This record gives sequence, C-alpha cells and structure tokens, in this order.
Amino acid sequence: MTIKQLSIFIENKGGTLIKVLDTLSQGGIQIIASTIADTQDYGIYRVLCDKPTDAFLLLREAGINVQLADVIALTIDDKPGRAAEAIDTLSKADVSIMYMYSFLWKGKGVLVLRTAPMEKAMEIITIKKMTFLTEKDFRTTLHQQL
Amino acid sequence: MKNLGITKDYSCEYFNPELETMTRTQIEALQLERLQSTVRHCMNSEFYRKRFEEAGLKPEDIKTLDDLRKIPFTTKQDLRDTYPFGMASVPLEQCTRLHSSSGTTGNPTVILHTDKDIDEWANQVARNLWMVGLRPNDVFQNSSGYGMFTGGLGFQNGAEKLGMLTVPAAAGNSLRQIKFIKDFGTTAIHAVPSYLGRLKEVMDQEGVDPRRDTKLRVFAIGAEPHSEEQRKRIEEMFGVKAYNSFGMSEMCGPGVGFECKEQNGLHFWEDYYIVEIVDPETLEPVPDGEIGELVLTSLCREAMPLLRYRTRDLTRVLGRSCPCGRNHIRLDRMRGRSDDMIVLKGVNIFPIQIEKILMQFPELASNYLITLTTDSDNDNMTVEVELEELFTDDYQRLLALTNSIKRALKDEILLTPYVKLVPKGTLPQSEGKAVRVIDKRKVYQ
Repeated sequence: MTIKQLSIFIENKGGTLIKVLDTLSQGGIQIIASTIADTQDYGIYRVLCDKPTDAFLLLREAGINVQLADVIALTIDDKPGRAAEAIDTLSKADVSIMYMYSFLWKGKGVLVLRTAPMEKAMEIITIKKMTFLTEKDFRTTLHQQL
Repeated sequence: MKNLGITKDYSCEYFNPELETMTRTQIEALQLERLQSTVRHCMNSEFYRKRFEEAGLKPEDIKTLDDLRKIPFTTKQDLRDTYPFGMASVPLEQCTRLHSSSGTTGNPTVILHTDKDIDEWANQVARNLWMVGLRPNDVFQNSSGYGMFTGGLGFQNGAEKLGMLTVPAAAGNSLRQIKFIKDFGTTAIHAVPSYLGRLKEVMDQEGVDPRRDTKLRVFAIGAEPHSEEQRKRIEEMFGVKAYNSFGMSEMCGPGVGFECKEQNGLHFWEDYYIVEIVDPETLEPVPDGEIGELVLTSLCREAMPLLRYRTRDLTRVLGRSCPCGRNHIRLDRMRGRSDDMIVLKGVNIFPIQIEKILMQFPELASNYLITLTTDSDNDNMTVEVELEELFTDDYQRLLALTNSIKRALKDEILLTPYVKLVPKGTLPQSEGKAVRVIDKRKVYQ
C-alpha cells in the first residue's frame, strides 16, 4: 500500500539542488512529483520517481544524504471537497499528517501522505475502501508513455 | 620573602610601593634570589626532580638569570600527564584550594594553592585594582563566573584584600546586576568584555543611563580576547575607564598582568614571575617588540610552582619603564594563540573537546567546522557538522538531534553554541590539516 519516496537533505545554499537533479538525470530517473520544505539552515527535498531504489543508490553513491521513506499516495476525484473528505476520515481515526503534497495523475488527484502512525492509516484506508497508487502504477504508465 | 609593604595612604599610587617601584637592577636581583629558591623548592615535586635528572641539571647550576634557559619547558600536557597531584611541591595537606580547567574530555588540569599562594594571589589582584585608582571606599562588583573559573574567587579575594566592599554578583542576570549597581553604589566591575555590551543593552531597555544613574568609574576586563576598538567602545558606552587584565589559572588566575592608568600595555609583575617571549617553533628568545609565545616562571608559588611554562599566548615586549613609575615589564595585549585553543566568553575551549562530543553521535559524519563571530558586541560560536546518514525525514527528529548535540556541547564546554546540520561532503575534508576553526571576531587587531 505504501510507496517509496526519496527524502534528500539539502543545504539552504545556491547550487545544492542542481547537484541532486543532475545525479537523477544522469541515472535516467524520471521525477513524478516533488516538494521542498525548508528551515533556516537546511531543507528536505522529497521526490516521487519511477525507480526509487535505483535513485536512492545513485544519490548515496554521489555522497548525498538521502533516505527512502514510506508514504501513501491516495487517489481522489479531481473535485472540490474530496481532499477534505479524505483527510477528515483519517483525522477522525486519530491519524495525524506529518506532511502532505499533491499532484494530478491521469485526471485524478493524488495526495501523498506521511502519517503517524502509518499502520493505523493503512488500516483505515482498507476499511473505508479508499483508493491509492502503487509503485507498479507509476512504472507501467511511464513505460507505456515511452 | 620580602614584606609586601602594603600602603594605607589613599593618595599613594602604589599598593606595594617598594615592590612596584623597584629599579631594573633591583627587580633582577630579587628575581634571581626567588628563582633559586623556587628551583630548590621544585625538587620536592616528583615531576621536576625527574625533569632535572633527565636534563642532567642541579638546582645549584642556576647561578644567573640567564641560566633559566637551561631548564626544560613545562607544558599543559605535563599538567595533564601528572593529573591530579603529580606536580605538587608540597604535601597535599598543606593545600587549601584547588582550581581546575573545565573540560570533561581527557584529563583536565589541576592547580593547587596553599594559604600563602591564595594570599599572594590576592595581593597581585589588589595591587592591580589599586593601580587603576580603586581604594577601600570603592564598591566592587564581580560579575564574573565563580566556581572553578579563577576570575570569580581571584577577584573576590583581591578586592577584599584591598579593602573594598565586594559584591560577588557572579555572571549573568543583567536586571539583578543593574539593581546591585544602583542600590549598592557600585563603582567598579570585573567582567568579560563581551558581557558589558550585553549589560549596556539591558540598561538601555530599562532606561538606565550609566553616566547619570550609576557611580561606575572603573572596569576590569579580561579572560577573553578583545581589540582596542572594543575597549574604546565599552568606555564610550558607559563613560567608564576599562583596564585590560591578564591571568591564567596555571600561574594562579587573574592578577598576573594588568594595565596601569597609561593604558599602554600590561605590567607583568616581575617580583612574581619571570617573563620570556620565545619563537614558538625554535623556542629561542625573540627580540623586544617582536611577537612570540609568552613563557612564565612563577617565583612565589608554593603548592605548584611552574618553571618556564609555555602559555601558548602570543604577545610582545613593549618596554621596561613607564610614566607611572613602575619598571615591571610591559607586554602588549594578547595577539592570538600558538595552539588551537579558543577563548570565548572567558571559557577556554579546544576543538578536540567539540570533536569528541560530536563523535558520540552516530548520526553525524566526522567533518565539522567551528566559526566564531561577533554579533552586536556579543561573541558567538557556530558548530557546523555533517550528517552521516539521513536517518529520518521528520524535521522534529532533526531538531531533536540538534538540541541533544547542543546540550552535550554545553556540558563539555559550558557554552551553548549554535549547531547547524549540513549535508555530507560540504565541509573541508578531515584528511591532512583541515581548517577546523574560523575566527571572524574583531580581535587581535
């Protein structure tokens, strides 16, 4: 149910992001969605891509601080109120959201979530029959596009 | 030992008139006499007995002041190696005080004192404070850290010896400091220079004008490098004369050297110490006026005399006479260090102490960088350290790591630095002679 996301530690300084992107590009990694949150000193660049494990090894070899994090990619209708419904369902079950970002995927809205606790979120998603994406979904679609 | 000959006359410029105004010939004669007796006394210490044996040297071989150069140097490492009591020249039961360096990494250094050592130390501090115009009718507030830090008890005893009403206010809590200054009519303060900038900020916030609302007229500042510009700024901020103080726990503490009213270099008390300035590489003496490492030999210490102690402080000789009437050697303010020790807010810190703490965190890589800056008259330390593995993508946990590093560093170096995590590979490499400390403070100029 969860998918692998790259979490990359970067300094708040010019030129640091480009090193990460260059490494990914040289390894033929396709980025699907990404987001940066920053603090005064550093940021964490979070990336969904087609080959997260390959990308993780590539970045680590390049000496970049990277972690593979498990996240949930919920799919919702691209309509007003659907995100609110999804989050409401989770929060009523005492699941808190540590971070979230969203993007559009084949006409559907995707909410990428890291929650605490993750197990509880997965249980609710199963019970409420919520829909989500798997790594296979990304790989197949991208392959068809090529 | 000569009678200290303490004056009771407020109009006299000298606390120990006879000793302070000796001619060079008199100073050198007294130094030789005291050097010979100190060397003989040192033979009571296991360390020096062995040192002399190894060097094929006997106390009788010291016939002139120049013979001092036959004696091997003593280093901080020697103090660490003989921790805690291996350097004592008297039985422990004769010692009444112990001071020690701060660190918990490796062996700290321990300095022992007898009653007489404490009294001689107080005399030096009293001599300094009298020299800059303080008298028993002054009120002295010691806003320096107490405890193991010699700036606390050292100034306390000295100010009491002079006869002043002495307020052991200790460091920090500026509102309380200001209340004391106003309520007790404080006329003199001892503090590290960077603290006085902070004190003035709080005075401004409270609407206290030091010229109008206080009786302050003298500051003793030291234990922290500062420039002539910083001193002038402090003097202008408060309308108070600020005098530079030099001390080191190995020699006793504060009191070793102090500026007179001329404010042209620090008089080092040559009835208490022999001053040498040597090239830190060749260890040969350098000519007057040239910068070298300060080497001190204590002449009056009982519990733990030190012969040719390498202070690692860099300075130069300015002269051996002064319009104030004292012929005790004048040295320039300290110009830096010949090792990597950092002096920040009166605390001595070696980068290795920081390194050892950082190494206790498996989340961290081995590369780190210490940057010292002056931000609005306050000296600060930033420690940047590389992350070994990104172990979480949760900011809260990264923040928790930063906080526990800060706490561990505070326990070791007694100051809380600003800690910044940086990605791997962004700091200078640890191989070879990596630059570990960048000092951007406006000192040593």
